[in-house]
Amino acid sequence: MNVLLSVKYFLPEIALTGFAVTALILGLFVKRRAFLGIFCLLGLLCAVLLMPQSYQATSPLFSGMLINDSFSEFFKEIVFLVIGLVILVSMGYKAFSDEDAGEYYFLLLAVTVAMMIAASSNNLMMIYIALEAVSLMSYILVGFLKTDRRSSEAGLKYFLFGALATGVMLYGISFIYGLFGTTDLAEISRVLAAGNVNIFASMIALLLIFAGLSFKCALVPFHMWVPDAYQGAPTPVTALISAGPKAIGFAILIRVFLKNFFPLFPGWSEMVSVIAIITMTAGNILAINQENIKRLLGYSSIAQAGYILIGFVVGTALGIQGMMFYILAYVLMNIGAFGCVVLISNRLGTDYIEDYSGLSKREPVLAFLLTVFLLSLAGIPPLAGFFGKFLVFAAAIESKCYILAIAGVINSVLAIYYYVKIIKFMYLAEPRAGLPVSVLPVPATPGTGAVKLALIIALIGIIVAGLFPGLFIGWISASLL
Amino acid sequence: MPFPLLTSIVFLPLLGGLLILFIPKERTGLMKTIATAATGLALVLAVALLLKFDCGGTAMQFVEQLPWIPQININYHLGVDGISIGLVFLTALLGFFACIGSYGIKERQKEYYFLYLLLNTGMLGTFLALDLFLFYVFWELVLVPMYFLIGIWGGPRKEYAAIKFFIYTLAGSVFMLLSILALYFTSNPHTFNMLELAKSGSALAKGFQIALFIGFYLGFAIKVPVFPFHTWLPDAHVEAPTPISVLLAGVLLKMGGYGFFRISFPILKDAAIYFALPFAILGLINIVYGAFVAMAQTDFKKMVAYSSVSHMGFVMLGLASMTVTGFNGALMQMFNHGVITGGMFLLVGVLYDRAHTRDLNKFGGLGAKMPVYAGILTVFTLASLGLPGLSGFVSEFMSLMGGFAAFRLITVISVLGIIITAGYFLYMIQRVLLGPLNPAWSKITDINRREIFTLAPLMIVIIAIGVYPLLILNFQSPAIINLIQHIGGALF
Repeated sequence: MNVLLSVKYFLPEIALTGFAVTALILGLFVKRRAFLGIFCLLGLLCAVLLMPQSYQATSPLFSGMLINDSFSEFFKEIVFLVIGLVILVSMGYKAFSDEDAGEYYFLLLAVTVAMMIAASSNNLMMIYIALEAVSLMSYILVGFLKTDRRSSEAGLKYFLFGALATGVMLYGISFIYGLFGTTDLAEISRVLAAGNVNIFASMIALLLIFAGLSFKCALVPFHMWVPDAYQGAPTPVTALISAGPKAIGFAILIRVFLKNFFPLFPGWSEMVSVIAIITMTAGNILAINQENIKRLLGYSSIAQAGYILIGFVVGTALGIQGMMFYILAYVLMNIGAFGCVVLISNRLGTDYIEDYSGLSKREPVLAFLLTVFLLSLAGIPPLAGFFGKFLVFAAAIESKCYILAIAGVINSVLAIYYYVKIIKFMYLAEPRAGLPVSVLPVPATPGTGAVKLALIIALIGIIVAGLFPGLFIGWISASLL
Repeated sequence: MPFPLLTSIVFLPLLGGLLILFIPKERTGLMKTIATAATGLALVLAVALLLKFDCGGTAMQFVEQLPWIPQININYHLGVDGISIGLVFLTALLGFFACIGSYGIKERQKEYYFLYLLLNTGMLGTFLALDLFLFYVFWELVLVPMYFLIGIWGGPRKEYAAIKFFIYTLAGSVFMLLSILALYFTSNPHTFNMLELAKSGSALAKGFQIALFIGFYLGFAIKVPVFPFHTWLPDAHVEAPTPISVLLAGVLLKMGGYGFFRISFPILKDAAIYFALPFAILGLINIVYGAFVAMAQTDFKKMVAYSSVSHMGFVMLGLASMTVTGFNGALMQMFNHGVITGGMFLLVGVLYDRAHTRDLNKFGGLGAKMPVYAGILTVFTLASLGLPGLSGFVSEFMSLMGGFAAFRLITVISVLGIIITAGYFLYMIQRVLLGPLNPAWSKITDINRREIFTLAPLMIVIIAIGVYPLLILNFQSPAIINLIQHIGGALF
């Protein structure tokens, strides 16, 4: 489809860009975070309404650079969910000053647009550019607290690792171009199917691309940046980078590898299954001894990526459905957990798990919410996290990948230990001396209501998705590639 | 549409729990009323179920089925037969009386009653679910409230005990989940329906059955608990508050045994036959080893906890026998042990509330100060050590009889367990009730009316079944005969 016709299907992105720029300009005059946050939510709503209701299912846009299909639509909706929740959570984060609000919300909407483009990219160059845009915005967001040394350090570390990863990926893409003479995914698979390419060289190229994407999804051994970046970043940003880019990374993995390359290289699945097992085991084992909750959740989300990867290794329809359901559940429970961390650190001024002692007496509702999110992450029924695990394990068993399934369940048991450890501090331990014990020690930070709204949305989401997963499976199976 | 009796039994407690969440913290009296009403109503419905139950039938009764997750053929599917009905009644009974036993809990009552009622729903659902996915959800639902109930309201080492309980039982059940999934994918068409799977399971290759059986075994054996997976139990029991110990021993352990009856044996019968001898040996170890360890205890509650390990060994032995008598004995033992040990824990609680110690060596001569308590304790003790005329005897005898037909030597050694049991229980009676009165307890008061109210019905059940075992056999025997026939006739 040519450029002018394509624009019609690109309206949500255009509208969001407009809102982003307006937010930046508005931020010069209006120094109120709540106002700008609501403005951004309006922008999101506008984008949702502009989403094409009906489209020719796989019509390529902009001369085949982008593709608008139900698969990309699913991930765009995930992105909307992530950003909507993150905006709400940001409204109540104490460490942000109202001075930079315009800049901050501009970055949030810009990263949204970049993720939407990444979700519908149909060309390796486009994937690269979109991902790079996501990354650049994320680096800035991670280092957003300019006066906080940890935040700047985290931003720098994230940037250095990220630059290396994208470099590697670009190198892989250049290989592909050299071998195939094109970066268009459909073209590439056509050439591959015809069979006259050097399999070994294309394997190397794919490996390099995979490494680049591994960074986004925080798979071992490209996970090193996670704990520091997660800990140092402002907590709403941590929620964002743990959910958004990761979901998009998996979307691209599915689109590039499962659809086009995977079937042609038989040894591939063994390699990825080893990565999956190492990723979940390393994430879980390293999480056990963490004392800072943001680092702990960082390692836990490495482990969660390992579980999601099980569905990828299997690669069947059930496997992809499992991944997509898992990603949906993961987004809700991870942002929920980080939202709780925001409110707790507003109150206590600390992110150390030990300081959560006796939280159930001080903040019963908050403790309850965090408990539900953690139990869902741990995979306890009837919450959404359980059903996500259930689906990926089911996919593994269906394809007779028993070792993968067994590794998955052993890891679930390992993970219980540290999730329950947090719950233990909140419910079983006595409040620590020196920290506010009474129920209302400080006046609520402005914007607490918005965070609570986000938490309630996430809570309802994981309960409904856990009790009635059928509602979501229908939607997911309609958006399979 | 007929009245959804089973759904009401399962979800009444949860409904009560949700109601309690909306009550202000100070109104503890109202919370107790709601909790008692919810569990009481569930008990009334369970009695109604007993009355309406057709004892002669072997098919599932009061079946309720609704599609739940149609994309992968998961149904909300409940039903009851002779194997589950006793356990449902037991759960409702102990659920109600342990709720009254909870009135002594003084702190964080709102959370307590909510979690307590949630626990009840999980347990009842486990016994009534006929869909493996639903079964698993209920099974896991039990873990979370139990963790908090031990961890918040427990004794000095509550954190350790709670987390150990959680991790142990979860570790077992995730392997069960794998077996459930494997069963699903090998069935054609794919189904989680236990009844369908029981029909098609025998077509599976024996090696595959054995692998699946081990997965289920890890889940069930840890719950029972079978040696060497029993170490969580004494910790959990000792630290848990009294009403929770009652449910732990009375109901939770039965979930494991029930799993063997409902899932492992009917669906994977070749593997069950293959594992008969190991089952018998494990039963023997549980009986004798549990009894010896119980004898060595000075903590009253720990002694009862280890006696549970010993008594559950009879369930394993009865199961191993693969005979109608043995199966009947095993199933009945689960019910009887639930009633007797539930009562024993209530009695330990009565004493602990007054003395604030459970050290057996610190008591003595209480028989004179607390005559009513002494009488009740003696009845429960005699029932537990297997005195003829009381319910424990019947089921242990039947388990041994079944076992004797199959594994003569193992059964002969197992009988030793009964002697040791008699030994440590009588020794306990001597240390607590007889001898000179320890002056420290000169002001101790006898058991009160509320406590008697919780114990009397259990005593009636114990005596009634002891004298007239058909009360329970009538319900379960047709289903057991049917199960044995399904497995392929008595093995030995």
